[in-house]
Amino acid sequence: MKLSLLLLLVAWLAAPAASRAQSSEALKALADLVVDDADKREAAVTTLGSTRDPKWLELLGALRDGNVYARGKGQAAEVVVGGAKATKGDQDVIDIVTAYDRKPLGSVPVASLTEIAADRRLRVAIKPFLDADETRGQLANPDAETRRGAAMKLGHQAELSAAPVVEAAIAKETVPHVRHALEEALGLIRLAHGEPAVRVLAAQSLGGLHSFDALPALQKLAADPAASRDERDAATSAIRQIERWSLLVRTVETVFQGASLASILLLMSVGLAIVFGLMGVINMAHGELMALGAYSTFVVQNVFRARWPQWFDAYFVVALPVSFVVAAAVGVVLERGVIRRLYGRPLETLLLTWGASLIIQQGLRLWFGAANVDVSSPRWLSGGFALMTGLTLPFNRLFIIALATVSVLGMYGLLFRTDRGLTIRAVTQNRAMSACLGVRAGAVDAVTFGLGAGLAGLAGCALTQIGNVGPSLGQNYIVDSFMVVVTGGVGKLAGTILAAAGLGVLNKGIEPALGAVFAKVAILVAVILFLQRRPAGLFATRGRGAEA
Amino acid sequence: MLKREGIALAVVALVLVVVLPALNTLSPSSPLHVSNFTLNLFGKFLTYAILALGLDLLWGYAGVLSLGHGVFFGLGAYAMGMHLMLEIGTQSVYQNALPDFMVWNQVKTLPLFWWPFRSGIFTIVAIVAVPALVGLAFGFLAFRSRIRGVYFAIITQALALSAWLVFNRNEMNLGGTNGLADFKTIFGFRLNQASTQRGLYVITALALVGAFLLCRWIVGTRAGKVLTAIRDSETRVLFSGYAPANYKLFVFVVSAALAGVAGALYAPQVGIITPAKMGVLPSIEMVVWVAAGGRGTLIGAVLGAFGVNWIQSWLTTSYPDVWLLFLGALFMSVVLFFPDGVIGAVSRVSAHGAALLRRTVTTMPAGMESAPPTRLP
Repeated sequence: MKLSLLLLLVAWLAAPAASRAQSSEALKALADLVVDDADKREAAVTTLGSTRDPKWLELLGALRDGNVYARGKGQAAEVVVGGAKATKGDQDVIDIVTAYDRKPLGSVPVASLTEIAADRRLRVAIKPFLDADETRGQLANPDAETRRGAAMKLGHQAELSAAPVVEAAIAKETVPHVRHALEEALGLIRLAHGEPAVRVLAAQSLGGLHSFDALPALQKLAADPAASRDERDAATSAIRQIERWSLLVRTVETVFQGASLASILLLMSVGLAIVFGLMGVINMAHGELMALGAYSTFVVQNVFRARWPQWFDAYFVVALPVSFVVAAAVGVVLERGVIRRLYGRPLETLLLTWGASLIIQQGLRLWFGAANVDVSSPRWLSGGFALMTGLTLPFNRLFIIALATVSVLGMYGLLFRTDRGLTIRAVTQNRAMSACLGVRAGAVDAVTFGLGAGLAGLAGCALTQIGNVGPSLGQNYIVDSFMVVVTGGVGKLAGTILAAAGLGVLNKGIEPALGAVFAKVAILVAVILFLQRRPAGLFATRGRGAEA
Repeated sequence: MLKREGIALAVVALVLVVVLPALNTLSPSSPLHVSNFTLNLFGKFLTYAILALGLDLLWGYAGVLSLGHGVFFGLGAYAMGMHLMLEIGTQSVYQNALPDFMVWNQVKTLPLFWWPFRSGIFTIVAIVAVPALVGLAFGFLAFRSRIRGVYFAIITQALALSAWLVFNRNEMNLGGTNGLADFKTIFGFRLNQASTQRGLYVITALALVGAFLLCRWIVGTRAGKVLTAIRDSETRVLFSGYAPANYKLFVFVVSAALAGVAGALYAPQVGIITPAKMGVLPSIEMVVWVAAGGRGTLIGAVLGAFGVNWIQSWLTTSYPDVWLLFLGALFMSVVLFFPDGVIGAVSRVSAHGAALLRRTVTTMPAGMESAPPTRLP
C-alpha cells in the first residue's frame, strides 16, 4: 500500500500538470464525495489533497467552509461549488461553478442542491493538506522569519512530497539562517524517507548543521535494529556532534544571561552605590525611582500612540531621557527636601527613604492602578540576533547590556574626567575638608543624588522591555541591588561593577541546578560568607579613621 | 519618680492582665463589656508589643537596626502552627492524619522535621530555641565580621526576603503561600471557644509583662550599660577592652527569641500564619512601631506597637488606600520630627511645660532649665 502510494507520488511528480488534473483517481474521488459513507469520503479527500493541485486544494477549502454542493441524486450527482446567494422572487438562488475548472453553471435554486456537509472527521482530514499547502506557499514569503518558520514546520512534518519544494527554496535562499533551516528541513525529510545511503548522508548533514530538532529522529534511528550499521553509526556520531554543540550553546547562553542580569544589576546599583559612597545614605526609595522611570516610559508610549502613531517606534528614544529627568527631579526634591536634614545618621535616612518609597509606590498604585501596565517594545527592539545555531540573543537584552555599558562609561567619564566629578570624589573622601576648601558640599550632594536617581530612572525605562511594569516593580529588584552595593564596597565604581558581574553570572550559573528561589538564597549565603573575609566589600576604602 | 513610674506600670499591667479579660466575661449587654473581637485584637497587639520590646532592646539600646525580625516572628509562629496542624489530626477536610496541604500536595508521609512537633513540650522549647539558634548563627557570622550600621540592616533585609521566598515554596512542606491555618485545638482546648481565646489573651499579657521585666532587667545590668555604650561609640567600647560583638550577639539572640515567643502567641489567636508575615515589608513595619513609640524606652516600644497597629486596623478597614500612604508619612515624620517617638515628644513637652512653670513661679538663672533630651545617634 505504502509502496503503491509512493509510486503514485513519484508518478505524479513526473507527470505534467494537465494530465493529473483530471486523472481518473481524482474524478473518482470527486464522485465519492457525494457517497453516504464517511470512510469513502475521507479517502476521497485524501486522494484529492494528495494531488497537491492548487485547484483541488481550493475545492477542499470550499468543502471545509461548507460551500460545496451536490446537484442531482445518486450516481449521477455532480459536485459543484456555490458562490453568491440571492433572492429571486420567493426563491433563494445561488451561483454555482464546476468543481475543478470553476466554469460558471449559472444560478440555480438553493433547494435543488444538497450541501456536502464537512463533519469534524472530514475537516480533520482536510486540514493537513491546506496547511501544508499554506506552509509551502510561505517558503516564498518576503519575510525571512516566516520563511524560516515554514521551513521548520516542513522539517517537522517530514513529508517526502515537500522535498522538491524545499530543494528549490534552498537554491533561491539568500538569508543564511533561513537557508540553514531549509537544509535542516531537507535533512529531516530525507532522514525520514530516504534510502539507507541517503539517510547516512542526511544524518551527517544534520550533525554538521547542529540540528536540535533532529535529535529525536536521530536517536530513533540509532536505536533502530532494522537500520543498517552505517545508518546507526552515522546517527550516533551526528547525535554526539549535536550534543557537543548544545553544551557549547548552553555555556554561551548562561554567560549571556549572566551578563544580561549583571547589566540590570549594574544599572540599578550604580546610582545607589555612588550615593551611598558620597553621603553614606542607603536610598531605600531607589526601587521606586526605577518604577517612576518605568511609568514615565509608559506615559511617553501612550502619548506617542495617541498623537504620533506613525512615529511610534521612536517613542523609546524619547522615553529614555524623559525617565531620566523625571526620576532625577524627584530625587533632587527628595534630597533637598528631607534627606539633607539627616546627614550623618544613615539608619534614620534609611527609614526616611523607606517611608518615601511607600508613598511613591502607593501614589503610583492610586494613579495608574494596581494592575501591571502594558509597555510594548518598539519594533527595533523585538527579535534577536542569531549568534549561532540554537542561540538567538534577544535585542532587548543586548540593548540593556549596551545601556549599562554606556551608563557606566559615562559615569566614569563624569567622575574622573570632569571638574564636577573631581568635587564629587573630594566630598566622598573627606566632606569636611572639601567644604573648607570651598567645595559646596550641599550642591554636590544634590547633583549626585539627582544623578543616581536619574540612573535609577534609566534602569526602570530599560526594565520595561524585559519585565512587568507595576507599582511594586522596585521592590522586586531593590534587595538584589543592595547586595551588589554591599558586596562591592562603599564608593568604589569598580567594586560595584565587579560585584554586579559576579553576582549576575553566579546567579545564572547556579539557577539551573537550584532553581530561581534557592539560587537567590544561595547568593545571600555567599554574600554573608564573602563579607566574613572582606567586611567592607571588595574594594574597601583604606583610611586611618577608626570609625570608618 | 521611679516609684511612681513603677506604680503606673503595675496598674497598666493589672488592667491588661486582669481587668480586660474580666470585663470580657461580663454579659454582652453590660456597658463595660469587652467583646471577644476587641479582646482578640488586643491579644494580637500584645504579641506585637512583645516583639517590639525585643526590637527596641536591639535597636534602641544596642543601636543595631534589624530589618529582618519578621523572620524570627515567623519561625516562632510556624513552630506553634506546626504543632497545631498536627493536633488537628483526622478532623481535617481530607480526614487524613497529615495536614490538608500535604494531602493536597500529594505528600504521602509526614516529613521528618515535622515529627518532633507532635510533642507539646518540644514545641514550647522550639518556639524559643529555633529563632534563637537562627539568630545565633546569623548574628555570629554578621557581628564577627563587624558588619554594622546600614550594612547589617541590609543583610537582615536580605534575610527577610530569602526567608519569605523559601517559605513560599511548596516543597518546603510548610504550606507554601497559604501558610498554616484552620487550627482546631491548642493543647486540647478548642480554639473557637471564647474561654480558650481569653486564656490565650491572659497568657500573652503575662508574657508581655514578663518580657518587659526581662528587658528592664537586662537594661539595668552592667551588660545593659555596655550595650548603650556600644550604641554611642562601638569603637571606644572595643578599645576599652570589651568585645562588642559578644554583647551584640547576646542581645540579638534575646531579641530573636522574644520575636519567636510573640509569633507563637500570634498564630493561635489570629488562626493563620503565612509567609506574608515574615517578608520585607512586615519586618520594616515592626521597626516603625518602635520608632513611633520612642526607641530607647521600653514603654515606647509597647506604646508604638499598640498605637500603630490600632491605627492600621482602623485605616485598613475604613480607608484601605490610605494605609500605605499613612505608613510612609509616619516613617518620614517620625524620623524628621520625632526622632525619639511619642515618648520623647511627650517628655520634651512636659519638660518644656515644667520649665515654663518654674520660670513663672521662681525666677531661675538662665541655663538651669532642664536640658532638651539628647537625640539618639
